[in-house]
Amino acid sequence: MSGAVVDPRLSPARAAPKKGLSLSWSDPRFRNIVWQVVILGAVAAVVWYLVQNTSRNLAARRIATGFAFLGRTAGIPIGESLIGYDPAINTYGRALLIGLLNTLKVAVVGVVLATVWGTVLGVARLSKNWLISRLAAVYVEVIRDVPLLLQLLFWYLVLQGLPAPRNSFHPVAGVFLSNRGIKIPVVEWEGPFWWALAAFVVGIIGTVAWSRTATRLQETTGVRPKVWPVAIGFLVGFPLLVWGALGAPFAVEMPALRGFNFTGGATVTPEYAALTLGLVVYTASYIAEIVRSGILAVPTGQWEAGGAIGLRPGTVLRKIVLPQALRVIIPPMTSQYLNLTKNSSLAVAIGYQDVVSIASTTLNQTGQAIEGIAAIMVVYLVISLSISFLMNWYNARIALVER
Amino acid sequence: MKRITLLGALLLGAGLAFSPPAAAQGSGSATIDTIKSRGQLVCGVSTGVAGFSLADSKGVTQGIDADTCRAVAAAILGDANKVRFVPTTTTNRFTALQSGELDMLVRSTTWTLGREGNLGLLFAGVNFYDGTGFLVKSAAGVKSVKDLDGATICVQPGTSTELAIADYFRLNKLKFTPVLIQDLAEIQNTYLAGRCDSYSTDASGLASFRFQQGPKAEEHVLLPEIISKEPLGMMVRKGDDKFFDLVRWTLFAMIQAEESGVSSKNIDEMLKSTNPDIRRLVGTEGDLGKALGVDNRWAVNVIRGVGNYGEMWDRTVAPLGNPRGINNLWNKGGLHYPPPIR
Repeated sequence: MSGAVVDPRLSPARAAPKKGLSLSWSDPRFRNIVWQVVILGAVAAVVWYLVQNTSRNLAARRIATGFAFLGRTAGIPIGESLIGYDPAINTYGRALLIGLLNTLKVAVVGVVLATVWGTVLGVARLSKNWLISRLAAVYVEVIRDVPLLLQLLFWYLVLQGLPAPRNSFHPVAGVFLSNRGIKIPVVEWEGPFWWALAAFVVGIIGTVAWSRTATRLQETTGVRPKVWPVAIGFLVGFPLLVWGALGAPFAVEMPALRGFNFTGGATVTPEYAALTLGLVVYTASYIAEIVRSGILAVPTGQWEAGGAIGLRPGTVLRKIVLPQALRVIIPPMTSQYLNLTKNSSLAVAIGYQDVVSIASTTLNQTGQAIEGIAAIMVVYLVISLSISFLMNWYNARIALVER
Repeated sequence: MKRITLLGALLLGAGLAFSPPAAAQGSGSATIDTIKSRGQLVCGVSTGVAGFSLADSKGVTQGIDADTCRAVAAAILGDANKVRFVPTTTTNRFTALQSGELDMLVRSTTWTLGREGNLGLLFAGVNFYDGTGFLVKSAAGVKSVKDLDGATICVQPGTSTELAIADYFRLNKLKFTPVLIQDLAEIQNTYLAGRCDSYSTDASGLASFRFQQGPKAEEHVLLPEIISKEPLGMMVRKGDDKFFDLVRWTLFAMIQAEESGVSSKNIDEMLKSTNPDIRRLVGTEGDLGKALGVDNRWAVNVIRGVGNYGEMWDRTVAPLGNPRGINNLWNKGGLHYPPPIR
């Protein structure tokens, strides 16, 4: 009965649907819509029931509810913050904002450093130098296998092992390493710096514009004008010129030991340093493997082909190998960035006040656990979705354009 | 620790979401019934503070908080050992009690209006009157809290201590940098490592921490100022008045026993006493125990199992060098004043 076998695409059941929606159960489109409405309705009903019942039970137990506590004076002390904070004046809302900024401070610096360090390690593991490749391999295998929490506690312990402020380690003028953190001199920020910063932004726009012009010229004339001298002029020269024109103010605030601790200068606290260091060291070991796999995924034939048409090795790497390797690297890299951000919540173990730490203190002082946890979830959701969005955008940009 | 907090909060959320509305739960003491049918009291204590609740070499939790739990178990079940101790951190303690994971919480927790108003929990009494103190290294030469301007202070987050310090320093125009770590052992190690100039918590906690240092205790000094009132007590959930009554009166019975001279050593003779106050306490007269929903000999069980308040004090916190001070009976210059048991 071989004649009975029909290509399913040609069977009447899979034929293109007729126009217009018939209200018949035999119409698959109608069935789909009905099922989706039913399931959506059921989910909404369950959620509604849970919310209603929770709030009724909370009320019956006289547990305070709502987000009004965000506007109340916090009173909780906070160790480090990027914006001003006084527990007697500022609210829980601001305390949570400080927590969010502290989380971002770790995440942004951590992602950048982990990417750089991980790439170095990944390339090192592929090195033809036996010692370098073995060292990188040992690093990756050891670091990946030790739980992150232990590593954080280890780094925190190491940093606490530094001498007390009075006997602090003092490598160069203005830099002090002690168990209170790393003190560094800071340049006093004045008006002209803002203008220099604005000039720098203008410089970026100019550089991008010139780079595009260069590409266009290359396409029409075949000769690509040099981009880097213009870029240096835009990015370094222009801001310097603006700063100079405004009087070139430059004052350095040096840290000095006074009383219990140092005054002046900026501090990298042991908590922040331990957390960032721990996250970078740990995440870099995963990134190293991703980079290695990405490079190995490009066949050697690509290098050889590039060389055969007369391109220099640097150009082959930038124009042929890297774009292909990145397609393999970006998606898993996104999850490493997300991991690093979420792992930063381990901060609580070593006393760094990230958003989880401050939110959990808040929920403990106000007793509003559900709201506190909800706030933490929203914060991580927003951060994670932002990272995903950015990385997906970048991924789409570098993806193979299929015509 | 963090996981436990989050889990506790999620359990609370889930528990509240799925349990029927409170109105449908009926009246009376659901908690006492549960404890009786379980044959065990589940009591939240600290993760280890000498004198309050700390496991000894045999793994038995010892301390004034642990004994307060034992007293309640003795009152309900007649056996002071029928207690399961659950270690809680400063941040997960309330959620654990709210979610029903615990029957009661005795975790050197300060009685404040905010906590009673917002948490859906009640303080059933004060088993220890305390205050925020500061411990510093002797070598630092600090004599007073006023000398701590600009200092780094180690403190546990989520405590009334952190609020008290913030207020005190602001009021006295002093500055400090907090280092906040939840885990007790971790914050203490951080102080010992020199990350902080001072370690602050309830003065009793500091005394016990200093005691635990053994021969090195001399390296640390407790500063003279006590900057806040910290009445530490037992907490129960709101909505079970009978259980609340029982917890409250169990402590009062222990204090009254000390006042009346009833102790675990003479309890058998006291059963034959003709003094009406003592007869009512030991249940040979009246049926006050029944009124509380437990055996009429509840106080006898408490005193047999744990002793009176003074015995409990001498066994637990006195060895740490804590003077009785305001924790003495009202007629000996202290604050413990039990209402009449009649």
